[in-house]
Amino acid sequence: MAVMNMREAIASTIHAEMERDSNVLILGEDIVGGMGTAGGPEAIGGIWGLTGGLYAKFGPNRVIDTPISESCIIGAAAGAALSGKRAIAELMFADFVGVCLDQLYNQIAKFRYMFGGAKCPVTVRLTYGAGLNAAAQHSQAVYAMLTSIPGLKVVMPTTPADAKGLLTSAIRGDDPVMFFEHKTLYGDKGEVPDGDYLLPFGHARMVREGHDASIVTCGQMVGFAARAADNLAKEGIACDVIDLRTTSPMDEETILDSVEMSGRLIVVDESPPRCSLASDIAGLVANKGFAALRAPIEMVTPPHTPVPFARELEKAYLPSAAGIEAAVRKALAYR
Amino acid sequence: MPLARHELIRAYQRMKTIREFEERLHVEIANGQIAGFTHLYAGQEAVAVGVCENLSVEDRIVSTHRGHGHCIAKGCDVVGMMKEIFGRRDGLCHGKGGSMHIADTTIGMLGANGIVGAGAPIALGAALAAKMDDKGHVAVTFTGDGACNQGTTFEAMNMAVVLKAPLLFAFENNHYSEHTGDHYSVGAKDMASRAEGFGMLARKVDGCDFLASYDIVNDVLKHCRAGNGPAAIEFNTERFFGHFEGDPQRYRGPDEIGRLRSTRDCLKIFRDKVTKSGLLDGATLDQIDADVLALIERAVEEAQKAPPPTAADVLTNVYATY
Repeated sequence: MAVMNMREAIASTIHAEMERDSNVLILGEDIVGGMGTAGGPEAIGGIWGLTGGLYAKFGPNRVIDTPISESCIIGAAAGAALSGKRAIAELMFADFVGVCLDQLYNQIAKFRYMFGGAKCPVTVRLTYGAGLNAAAQHSQAVYAMLTSIPGLKVVMPTTPADAKGLLTSAIRGDDPVMFFEHKTLYGDKGEVPDGDYLLPFGHARMVREGHDASIVTCGQMVGFAARAADNLAKEGIACDVIDLRTTSPMDEETILDSVEMSGRLIVVDESPPRCSLASDIAGLVANKGFAALRAPIEMVTPPHTPVPFARELEKAYLPSAAGIEAAVRKALAYR
Repeated sequence: MPLARHELIRAYQRMKTIREFEERLHVEIANGQIAGFTHLYAGQEAVAVGVCENLSVEDRIVSTHRGHGHCIAKGCDVVGMMKEIFGRRDGLCHGKGGSMHIADTTIGMLGANGIVGAGAPIALGAALAAKMDDKGHVAVTFTGDGACNQGTTFEAMNMAVVLKAPLLFAFENNHYSEHTGDHYSVGAKDMASRAEGFGMLARKVDGCDFLASYDIVNDVLKHCRAGNGPAAIEFNTERFFGHFEGDPQRYRGPDEIGRLRSTRDCLKIFRDKVTKSGLLDGATLDQIDADVLALIERAVEEAQKAPPPTAADVLTNVYATY
């Protein structure tokens, strides 16, 4: 076990998989950086510092620094994948899904089904989420929108170990995976298993355990929920905190088992509230776990607005540990 | 290098197969045998075959919503295609794709595509895969005078030049983007000059002349296979049917189709050229005609007899069910 941060875990996994399989390629904007400049190749190595060193090691045919053309990045990843390669495509910001949605939504999500079982091993890495005051077009948590598309697997690690395990599974799998990396989690450190480490999709992680309430969440909100649970534990209120890890496929069993025990569901979601992960899980539990419920389902989400810029506004926009605590108390106080 | 006799025979056989496939679909669709939206390729056969006769199975193509011709030219199984269009369980895509989504990645046919302009980025990826393999293989994107105006096509042209991708942009100008004339929709002198503006080799050819089309593709692909980056060819071609089957085609001029069929039919032009020059005789071509009609008849009979999918098949080839 090595201790590293999420950024290092992702970077070392990409290096390892490209070393292991000469069919793996990576493409995206500024992933080499400095092309065509006085600084020369690798002057940047990715704006998140994740892809440095790949170009020198694997060369321009496998480490492809592209012009700013998101549709072409995803489309080219798809075409390479249909041609027998394993493509890692980087979208610098998940918000740019808006530019290339056709290639995600109408193309790679459909190929296996529509083409009679064609393999399309594409891992799209997307940096997402609020917390760095990057404002409305560089802060969104668009995983809910992509989770709604049949044919895409949707993954969002919250620890360096999970990042390695889930990314390895994504690259080695034969289907398109949307791999969401939260920009505020890149620096988080943790122990990461050495050597081959694969995590299967559709298996949630139990972050805290407790019988009084079930907090279901993912991504950046996992840390917020764990803090809320720790605060509540001081008062003797014990909560399950469930990190979904993947929202498609989704571990329904772990959610339903937890609610069966606690009778109280609090869903915490960084995406806007309508047609969201929160409403989806609330619907799931209302449908399949209704008899166990002892209180109305609480949904902790941002308001239905774009992500605001100013520090005070973004803080007010994002769900907080205090807000999650309040939602748990409200559920516990019902009747 | 002039084409050998067996190559000419194969090219004619493929073009004739496309033509009869489409003519028969036109009839079966009118009879109510086929569901959904179908876009026929008849009239453009010399383009698909002129390109694909220059390709090996390791070269890859990406097609359009008007894709039957590209599929047949690349070597897709004709009976499997007919079954797919009839929506049968053992169709080429198990009845899940239909006319607009026929693919066979095992032979380098990376799919027809219902989204106009979506193909060029995908073909670019196939070209980048070929570049990784470094064996001189290429990719081709077929793009119409409609799709040539999509931003994705522009992006792909630029990125192909920047990355020196071995990609051929086969621009098929059939003069109609759906129901709109190319003089209205293409805001440039032509597609070839536009491609040239992106920094690639670009040529123009009469896409109703198979021999000329074949030769220019052969020439241009040498450039691509040698690592010189992408190239473009604009084929001046004709669409004999409407945008979709059922299109009333009120945008056509008086007897336009009759004139095109008599003066711009690539099969007639091919027959005239090869018989007059003595490359092939009429009897050989007549025999191919008869064989192709028999093949199409068999394909339709088998498609009609083939079992439809069951409700349970809705859930095959999915990643997760809820």
